[in-house]
Amino acid sequence: MAWSVAAVAVEPSEMLKDPALEARARAIGQELRCLVCQNESIDESNADLAHDLRVLLRRRIAAGDTDRQAIQFIVKRYGDFVLLKPPVEPATWLLWFGPVVLLIVSAAGAMIFVRRRNRATPEPTALSPEEKRQLDELLHEPDLE
Amino acid sequence: MGRVLVIVPLALFVALVVYFFVAMHGGYDPSALPSAMVGKPVPAFDLPGPPAPPNYSGPPVKLGFSSRDMLGHVVLVNFFASWCVPCRAEHPVLMGLGPSAGVPLVGIAYKDKPTDAVGFLQEYGNPYVAIGLDESGRTGIDFGVYGVPETYIVDKHGIIRVRHVGPLTAESVAREILPAVRALQAQP
Repeated sequence: MAWSVAAVAVEPSEMLKDPALEARARAIGQELRCLVCQNESIDESNADLAHDLRVLLRRRIAAGDTDRQAIQFIVKRYGDFVLLKPPVEPATWLLWFGPVVLLIVSAAGAMIFVRRRNRATPEPTALSPEEKRQLDELLHEPDLE
Repeated sequence: MGRVLVIVPLALFVALVVYFFVAMHGGYDPSALPSAMVGKPVPAFDLPGPPAPPNYSGPPVKLGFSSRDMLGHVVLVNFFASWCVPCRAEHPVLMGLGPSAGVPLVGIAYKDKPTDAVGFLQEYGNPYVAIGLDESGRTGIDFGVYGVPETYIVDKHGIIRVRHVGPLTAESVAREILPAVRALQAQP
């Protein structure tokens, strides 16, 4: 589809000859943030630096780096920030688990609230004779129409 | 207990407002990235120099230098480029550093053509004691450069201590760069 092709900045001249290696480079490039545009991966970005990083990445892979080694090579220089998917570590626990904790806390809060409200509502009791008489009166009012 | 819980949403909202307000007005820069290279040894490089400019009459400049040349001194490493507009804004500040600053300033021309880099320095003056050409940008990547200008303070042992992203200003030099340089120079 046209729009899925449009979001790719990899130029033919950058590509590796070996399609398997190129596929690995593409997959890694999609996980790495372009430092210039920040919300694009280096695979999508037209920035000069993204181009340089793509070429560098392909050189590492062609030289026999594993995916992990190639990613580490770039992380060593630019930090965890280049990873579009941040690693799970104490500093990112809030990021990874915060939403789940928030969901649990609010679900618990909602449950407590609903239970309390139910308890606060008194059980229905039978009508008193006086109330029965009033109800009868209302029900058997002569039709005015 | 119930009373306290009632004000929790309001308290959270107020906390968010205060946070956003401080973040917007406190000089928070979302494009400033944490540096992975601070505290690490300067990446090894050996850069060629640009051609000597004709009729150059300033103090002597080393054309081309390597990471080994910097050992033993606290050094300011400035990445610049003739095509970089903020570098032009920064240049007078670099020119003002001079010998009185008491710290060698070396320049690395990032992804620049040799003749353009020299032309830039001829037009605006040369603040550097040594100039290296990083035409491929590879040394820049090893430093973690993602936009010029960037300035690094490297200590006597070749460890990167400070990284400044963006143009230096007279204020940032006086408040951030020079105090850090003095502190590092005082260390053994």
